[in-house]
Amino acid sequence: MKDIIIDIKHQQSSHCETGVVSTLLRSKGLDISEPMAFGLSSAMTFVYLPMVKIGGLPLIAYRMPPKAIIKSVCKKLNIELETRKFSDQAKGMQALDDELAKGNLVGLQTSVYWLPYFPEDMRFHFNAHNLIVYGKTAQGNYLISDPVFEHVVECPAEDLQRARFAKGALAAKGLMYVVRNVPKQVDLTPHIYAAVNKTAKMMNGLLLPFFGNKGIRHLAKKINKLTKEKPKYQKLFLGNIVRMQEEIGTGGAGFRFMFASFLDEAAKLTGDKQLQAAAKQGTEVGDNWREFAMDAVLFCKKRKDLSLTQVSEKLISCADQEKSLREKLLSIKAA
Amino acid sequence: MDKKDVPQDNSATYQGQKKLIYAVDESGHYQGVTSTGWEVESFATQMAVDELQQQSDEALIKAQNGEVSSLAYHMLRLRFDLVSLAQTTGFFQWQIKRHLTPKVFAKLSDKKLAIYGDVMKMTIAELKSLPNHNDSTN
Repeated sequence: MKDIIIDIKHQQSSHCETGVVSTLLRSKGLDISEPMAFGLSSAMTFVYLPMVKIGGLPLIAYRMPPKAIIKSVCKKLNIELETRKFSDQAKGMQALDDELAKGNLVGLQTSVYWLPYFPEDMRFHFNAHNLIVYGKTAQGNYLISDPVFEHVVECPAEDLQRARFAKGALAAKGLMYVVRNVPKQVDLTPHIYAAVNKTAKMMNGLLLPFFGNKGIRHLAKKINKLTKEKPKYQKLFLGNIVRMQEEIGTGGAGFRFMFASFLDEAAKLTGDKQLQAAAKQGTEVGDNWREFAMDAVLFCKKRKDLSLTQVSEKLISCADQEKSLREKLLSIKAA
Repeated sequence: MDKKDVPQDNSATYQGQKKLIYAVDESGHYQGVTSTGWEVESFATQMAVDELQQQSDEALIKAQNGEVSSLAYHMLRLRFDLVSLAQTTGFFQWQIKRHLTPKVFAKLSDKKLAIYGDVMKMTIAELKSLPNHNDSTN
């Protein structure tokens, strides 16, 4: 058997799913940047789910659930996407090989823990990572364009199979997806305005207190109540927020910057100054989230006389800022 | 965040990798900038990793002293907890809790051990054994 190498322009991305979407579409001749994919899918949000525990600590997310981005972008832009899951592992690997043999790039959902090329400290049991397979060597190793890494990587077949079929929360069940067809030309303008409006509407939160602005304030209250807990738990809790925000996916501030970058690109595309102003406001939101992360860690280090109330207040200021960004976004209408 | 403010703190946890962040350049527009890590983030990561390490070290000592089964150590070493191990093996959490006691674990069938082995990428013999430790009390 010879090496199979499919032409791909690997691009490092801030986040796996948006990165995969962008790379797959660009390879088909449709120029959608990572921030554009993020913005168009209205993926920016906030979720604090105290009842979903990971390692004993609650889940906090800053974007829509896995698969929402790729599905939404493809649906909106009329892109033909084929997705398949497998109950039989061997069949799942064969299907991957078949697509590669046909010269198609293949998107996969995998576990992070079982991918040997991940740094040790970043390996944990998270099953919704996304990557692209662009070939296979004669020895049977897969060639992978993993969007969060600078360079392409190689992975033994056994490890990739394990990563694709890892069980547990968000299990991928071997999920693979192939872009079959993209439209030759797309007018992004109407989609941009619709997506901005949808994001703004979602930013308020749903009925339950766990989402959007309500969710942020809910978490701020919880931080205030941590005074009743042991110092060790206080630290682990705050550290968990910072990790969920800055490390997992691309983090809260990271997603806020990515959204601002989308607004910036959208402003260039449409010539709409309102979008440019919103981008600037989005940057301030991201900056404030970073300051919150800094305060949370400072509290953990006890280097400064910082109280839990102050950390909580900082988070409330993030909520206030997002509220005013929401109002700004709602005021933007297509010319 | 301004491009010039993108942290370059050479996080040990990145192991030489870089991360992409969107930041604002001199002209006021966004571009992707690579970061070697942020001290704030790496502190939080290190805290979590240290906690896991401590838990697995404690489990190793307890397992060597016969207070818990070797499964307790391997579970934590491989960054599983009761919830995630239950989700991946299909056992109930209360079943796994029982398996963490040496007496029950010693009587487990090879079939059940194989379920753990499959999920944890270990042979049954490996699952039953502990690393040799010089200061082991056994």
